[in-house]
Formats: sequence, C-alpha cells, structure tokens
Amino acid sequence: MKNFEFLFTAWMVVWAVFFVYEISVARRIAQTREEIERLKQQLQQR
Amino acid sequence: MKARFAITALVALLIFCAGYAALFIAPDEATMHAIQRIFYFHVASWNAMFCAFFVACYASVAYLVTGKRKWDALGVSGVEVGVMCCTIGLITGPLWARPVWGIWWTWDAKLTSTFILWLLFIAYLLLRGLVEDPEKKASLSAVFAIFASLDIPLVYLANRLWRTQHPQPVIAGDPGSGLDPTMSKVLLLCLFAVFCVMILVLVDRYRLELLRNEAAELRYEIESRGLDASNGQETPALQKGAQ
Repeated sequence: MKNFEFLFTAWMVVWAVFFVYEISVARRIAQTREEIERLKQQLQQR
Repeated sequence: MKARFAITALVALLIFCAGYAALFIAPDEATMHAIQRIFYFHVASWNAMFCAFFVACYASVAYLVTGKRKWDALGVSGVEVGVMCCTIGLITGPLWARPVWGIWWTWDAKLTSTFILWLLFIAYLLLRGLVEDPEKKASLSAVFAIFASLDIPLVYLANRLWRTQHPQPVIAGDPGSGLDPTMSKVLLLCLFAVFCVMILVLVDRYRLELLRNEAAELRYEIESRGLDASNGQETPALQKGAQ
C-alpha cells in the first residue's frame, strides 16, 4: 500500500492522543480524590 | 461503575468498527488512493473540536450570566478537550498533506486560522494557571474563551471564503461537491465514534474539575478556620501542621 507509513502514523496519533489524555485525566482524578480525603481528615482533626 | 465500564466498552467497539470501515470498507479515492483514508479521522477530530469549543463558549456565556462555578468547570473542560482534538487535526493534516501536496504545511487562510485557534486556547489554559483568585480566574477565562471562539466561524468558512491550498469542502460545499454513498456512511460512523470518545473524555474532565473545586473549597475552609483561630492563637493542630 502506497504511503502506508503516513496513514499508519496518523491512525496511531489519533488514538494515542486520546488514550494518553484519558489516562492523564484518570490519574488526575485519582490524585484529587486522595487530596480530598486527606483534606477531609485534616478538617475532622481540627 | 458497571455502567461506566459498559459505556467505555461500547465506545471501544464503536472505534473498532469505525476503524475497520475506514480502512477496509470505504472505497479508494480516485487520485489520492489509500492515503485519503486519513480523511475519516481528520474530519472527525475537527468535528469533535468544534463541538468541544462550542460547549466551552456556551459554558463561558452561562458562567458570565449566572456566576455558577459548574459552568466554569464545563468551560475549562471543553477548552482542554477541544485543544486535544485540534492537536490531533493539526498532526493528521500535515501527515495527509505531505504525500498529497508535497509539503507539510502552508500558511493559507484555513491552516493559519486553525493554528491561531489552537494558540488562542493554549493561551486560555496558560492564563488560568496564572490567576490565583477563583472568581477572577473564572471571569477572565470566560471572557477570553468567548473572544477566542470568534475565530471558530473563520476556521469553518476560510476555504469557502478564500482560495486556499486546503481543499474546498466536500460536504455542504459548492454544487457538484459530495461524497460517494459508501464514503458518506463510513464518514458518519467515524464522526459518531470520535464524537462519543470526545463526550466520554469531556465528562471525565468535567468530573475532575468539580473534584478540584471541592478540594479548593476544603483548603479554603481549613485556611479560614486557621485564620479564625489565629485571631487569638492558632489551634494546636495548625501549629503542628506549620511545623
């Protein structure tokens, strides 16, 4: 297939960007949840 | 959690079907042949970008009208997801252009206005990081998002209004433009698949922003309690925290 490398790269870019972004959002959600738990505990201690 | 898993699995299946249709079912274009298949996800990512920026613009107007923080959260979520879709379009475009035009990039009206749109919304995200006061941050961001959205019609209309290296629109374009029926169906499937992914990511990003607001409120409460206590003397817990 002619120009297959361009087609393959474009294909990979689309899903890699979505995937990496979704992973980063999921990680940030987990970190923020942990922070909220920590802050709630801190608040209860006072 | 189960519903979330089912939705994600459904979207993954949709992506697989769209990918299969774009690569194996859609017919070869007469002059560009296989490389034209980038079209299905290139156009779909732009479509998703327009939707995400529309959400951001709508949410920004709603924030300025109501002052509710949830609109600011939706606004920043729309911008971040829109920037991601725009980045995909700006990468897949040159990958298509190089074998077809012989160049990676040209400063025509369509490409330049799109690049400016990307820069404007990157500036929006940087601006948010620079302002500390939440009210000020939200108001400034909303105004800036509305201003940046003015470029969206220009991006959409650029190849209709001016002669550009970028091809004229094949959908809703001049008389005589149009797509092969199979290509149209595959494009619709790809538009739907990428749109679903965009919505999935947007919902997650919105949840993150709401959680961040909750964390900020808790931090503020802790700080204000500390400040109240410091009118007389700090609470033991605060003194311990300071150490």
